[in-house]
Amino acid sequence: MTTAVSLAAINFNWLPILPLLVVTAGAMVVLLAGVRVSDRDSEGLGWLSLVVIAIAVATSLPMLGAQQVTFSGALVADDFTVFFYIVILLAAAVIVLMSLDYVADEGLPGAEYYALVLFATAGMMLMAAAGDLIIIFLGLETMSISVYILAGLARTDVRSNEAAMKYFLLGAFSTGFLLYGIALVYGATGTIKLHALSTLAVGASPMLLLGVGLLLIGFGFKVAAVPFHMWTPDVYEGAPTSVTAFMAVGVKLAAFAAFLRVFLVHLLGVQSDWSIVLWVLAVLTMTTGNIVALMQTNLKRMLAYSAIAHAGYILVAMTVGSSAAGAAILYYLLGYAFTNLGAFAILIAMARRGHPHETIADLRGLGTREPALAGAMAIMLFSLTGVPPLAGFVGKFSIFSAALNAGYVWLVVIAVLNSVMSAYYYLRPIVAMYTDTGGAEVVRIGSRPALIAAIAIAVIATVIIGIYPQPYMAASTSAFTSAFGKPPLATTASLHP
Amino acid sequence: MGGYWLSALVFMPLLGAAFVTLQSDERAAWRSAFIFSLIPLAISFYVLAAFDARDAGYQFVEHYNWIPHFGVSYHIGVDGISLFLLLLTTILISLSLLYSGGGDIEFRAREFCFFMLVLETGLLGALVSIDLFLFYVFWEVMLVPMYFLIGIWGHGRKIYAAFKFILYTMLGSLLMLVAILYLVFKARSTLGHLSFDLPDLMTVPLTMTEARWLFAGFALAFAIKVPMWPVHTWLPDAHTEAPTAGSVILAGVMLKMGTYGFLRFAIPLFPDVAAEAAPIFMALAVVGIIFGALVALVQPDLKRLVAYSSVSHLGFVVLGMFALNPQGMEGAVYQMLNHGVSTGALFLLVGMVYLRRHTREIAEFGGLWHSIPVYAGIFMVVMLSSAGLPGLNGFVGEFLILLGAYLHTWLAAVFAVSGLILGALYLFYAYERVMFGPITRDVNRSLPDLSRREVAVMAPLLALMFLMGFFPRPLLNRIEPSVAALLQRTHSHVARIDSHPPTPAVVAAATRTANLR
Repeated sequence: MTTAVSLAAINFNWLPILPLLVVTAGAMVVLLAGVRVSDRDSEGLGWLSLVVIAIAVATSLPMLGAQQVTFSGALVADDFTVFFYIVILLAAAVIVLMSLDYVADEGLPGAEYYALVLFATAGMMLMAAAGDLIIIFLGLETMSISVYILAGLARTDVRSNEAAMKYFLLGAFSTGFLLYGIALVYGATGTIKLHALSTLAVGASPMLLLGVGLLLIGFGFKVAAVPFHMWTPDVYEGAPTSVTAFMAVGVKLAAFAAFLRVFLVHLLGVQSDWSIVLWVLAVLTMTTGNIVALMQTNLKRMLAYSAIAHAGYILVAMTVGSSAAGAAILYYLLGYAFTNLGAFAILIAMARRGHPHETIADLRGLGTREPALAGAMAIMLFSLTGVPPLAGFVGKFSIFSAALNAGYVWLVVIAVLNSVMSAYYYLRPIVAMYTDTGGAEVVRIGSRPALIAAIAIAVIATVIIGIYPQPYMAASTSAFTSAFGKPPLATTASLHP
Repeated sequence: MGGYWLSALVFMPLLGAAFVTLQSDERAAWRSAFIFSLIPLAISFYVLAAFDARDAGYQFVEHYNWIPHFGVSYHIGVDGISLFLLLLTTILISLSLLYSGGGDIEFRAREFCFFMLVLETGLLGALVSIDLFLFYVFWEVMLVPMYFLIGIWGHGRKIYAAFKFILYTMLGSLLMLVAILYLVFKARSTLGHLSFDLPDLMTVPLTMTEARWLFAGFALAFAIKVPMWPVHTWLPDAHTEAPTAGSVILAGVMLKMGTYGFLRFAIPLFPDVAAEAAPIFMALAVVGIIFGALVALVQPDLKRLVAYSSVSHLGFVVLGMFALNPQGMEGAVYQMLNHGVSTGALFLLVGMVYLRRHTREIAEFGGLWHSIPVYAGIFMVVMLSSAGLPGLNGFVGEFLILLGAYLHTWLAAVFAVSGLILGALYLFYAYERVMFGPITRDVNRSLPDLSRREVAVMAPLLALMFLMGFFPRPLLNRIEPSVAALLQRTHSHVARIDSHPPTPAVVAAATRTANLR
C-alpha cells in the first residue's frame, strides 16, 4: 500500500518538468537582465518573457499523449497537465503582450513585473501537474506569493497597496485551511499521493471528511466561491489592470486545475459527501456574483463579480462530477480565459497614467470614437453573457448539458435564470458604448501594436472556439479522461456515441 | 434538389454586413446594403420557383456534422410552412433598407445596415434550421442586432425598451434550451447517440409529465416571442420605441418566429400535450385578440395602436394553430404572412408620417386626406387589408382561422369574431381621426406627399395584398402538404381529439369565397 521512499526508487524523468524549468530559469534570467534595464524601457524584458513562454510551449507539446509520471508520482505529465500548461502559458503570453506598454506607462518596475509573472506562471503550472497534495501546496504558494507582490506593485497607489494587503492576508488564511486539510486527509488515509487517495479516500471517517471540507475551503478561496469571495472585488479593483487579468484568468485556471484533479478525479470515493456541499456553493456563488454585479459601476469590480458568477457556473459542473462535466469545465475555462483576457486588455487600452478610465461611464460613446475597440468589447461581453455562437455560449451549453445529463434539472434552471440576470449587467456597458456620448478619450491605441495583438488574439479565439468547438471539446475530453491515468472508465465517455 | 442554395440564402446577408462595414461614406453603405439584400431576395424567389408543391417534407436539404461531440449537425431545409416566411423576410428587409435610406435613419448608417443584414441572417437561419442547436443559435443571434436597432436608433425610452425586449426573450429562450437539452438526453436512450436533429427527437417516447414540462419550456419561449397575452408586455414598448425599420422587421418577421416555433417544434415534438393544452391556448389567444383590440382602441399614439393590433392579430394566428385542424393551421400560416405584409406596411406608413411631423399623436392630425391624398389612399388599402376586407389578403387567413376554430370549439370562433369587429373599429376610428374632417393644425396643410422612394417601398406591399387576397391558391397549395403532414403526426398521436379529417373541399370553398369577393 505504501511506497517505500528510497532515492533509487525516485524516477528522474526530466521531460515532464522541462517546461517548468524553462519558465523558472527564464524568470531568473529576466530578473538578472533587469538589473541593467530602467523601468521606462522594460519592453525588451517583456519580449524576452514571450520568448521564454514560447520555448515552454514548445517543450510542453512533446508530452502530449505521454502519460508520464516523475519523481515517484509527485508530478504527473498527462494530457490534463499539458492542456493546462498550454492554456496557462497562452494566458501568460497574452498578459505579457498587454503589459508591454502598460507596465512602462504606469511606471511599474519592469524586471520584477515580468519575472514575477513568470514565477507565478511556474507556480500555476506546478499546480496543474501536481501528483500529490504537497506539490499542490507548493505550486499554490509559488503562484500566490508572486501574485501578492504583483497586486501591490504600484507602490504609490493606495488602492494597489490595499489590494496586496487584503489578498495576502486572506490568501495566507486560505492556504492555512488548505494545509490543515492536507494534514487531516493524510491523517485519515496515510497518503498524500493523489492516485492513492482514489482507493484510500473512501468511507465516512470524520477526519477524512473534515480534511476534505478544509481542502474545499482552501480551493474555494482561490476560485473565489461564495462565501470565500470577499477579497475578490477589492483586490481586482485595486491591482494594476494587467495583474487583475492575470488573477482572473491564470490564478483561476491553476486553482481549478488542482481542484478538478483532486475532487473530480481522485476524491470520487467521497463524492456523495462533497457534491451536496458544492451544490449549495454553486448556487450561492452564481447568485451572489450576479446580483452584486448588477449594481457595479466600476468595470473592474463588475468583472470581479462576473468572475465570481462564472466560478459558480463551473461549480455547477463540479457538483455534477461526471467526466462529461470535467471536460465541460476544461472547455469552459478555455473560453473564459480568452474572453476575460480580452475584456481586461480593452480596459488597459482605455487607461492613461493617473486616469484609469475603468467605469461604465468612461465607455460612453466608444462605439463612435473607436468602433473596432467597442466591437471587440461587445463581443467579449456577449460571450460572457453566453450569446451564441461565441465561446461563452458553448461553454455554458456544455456545462448545462453535462448537468442535465446527470439529472440536475433544478440546478440548471437556477443557472439559467442566473444567466438571464447577468445579461442585464453585461449589456449596460454595451448600451453606454453605443447609445451614450461623452466618455473618456482613448489615446494612441494605434501606436500600441502589442496591445492590439492581445485584443485581436482574444477576439479571434473567442469567436473560433465558439463557432467551431469540436476540436477544443475533443481536446478537453481527452485531457480530462487522461487524468484518470488509464483508458476512460466506463462512465467517462458518456457524451460519446 | 441539393446545392447550397439555403446556405447561400442565410449567409449572403452576413457577407453583405461585412462588406458594408468597409464602405467609407453613408450613401455607399445604403446602396451596398440594399444591393446585398437583393441577393437573398433573388435566391428566395429561386427557392420558391424550384419548390416542389407536392412534397410535404424538407427540400433543399443540407446536412453536415458540426459538433459531433454533442451530436450537433448543420441540418437545414425548407418546407411549406417556412417557404413563404423566407420570402416575407427577404422582401421586408429589402424594403426596410430602401425606406430607411430615404432619411428615416439620419446617423450611423453603416452600423444600421450592418445590424439589419446580421438580423436577416439570424431570421433566415432560424427559419431553415432543422437541428435544434442550430435553431437556438440563430434564435439568439437575431436578438443582438434587434437590441442594437432599438437601443441606438430608437425613440424615447429606447434603452428601457431594448432591455425589456432582450431580457424577456432571453428568459424564455434559455428555459427552452434546458428543455431542448433534456429532450436530447432523453432521446439518447432510444437513439443510442446524441442528436439535436428534429426528426430524431420526434421519435422520443416521453411520459406525459415529462412532455408537459418540456412543452411548457418551449411554449414559454415561443409565447413570449409571439407575444401571447399575458407575456406581451415587452411588445408595445419595443415596437413604439424602435425605429421604423426595426418595427417592420419586429412585427413582420420576428413575432412570426414565435408562432413558427410552435408549428415547427412545440406542436410536432409534443403532439399529445399540444392537443391537451389546445383549449388553454385558444382561450389565451381569444383573450389576446379582444384585449389587444380594446387597448388599441384607446391608444392616443398611432404606433402604439399598431403595436397592440399585433397582439390581437397574432392571437388569431395562435387560435388557428391550436385548432389543430387543416383549416385553422393553414389559416394560421397564411395569417402569419398577411400580418407581416399588412402590419409591416402600417409601421412604414406611421414612420412616414412621423418623419414629416415628428409626432405620432392621433390628436395632432386630422384632414390629411386633403393635404396628402396619395398617402391617405395607400393607408386606406393597408388598413382595409389589416381589418380583413374580402378581396385583400387579411380576409383569407382570418376566414380559414375562424373556420378552423369553429370546427374545434364553436365558442372560440364566436368570441374571436368579436375581435374582428373590434379590429375594424379601432382601425376605422383611427383612420377617421387622422385622415378625415377638417385640417385642424396648420402644419398639416403643407405636408409633402409621398416621395417616389416611399411609393416604391409601398407598391410591392400593396401588390402583395391584392395578390394574396385574390389568388391564395398557389400559396395554400404549397403550405397544405406540410401542414397535413404535421397534423397527421398530431392526430396519429392523439386519437381522442375531435378530428375533422383534412377536407380539401372546405379549404377550396373558403378560398372560392375569397376569390369571389
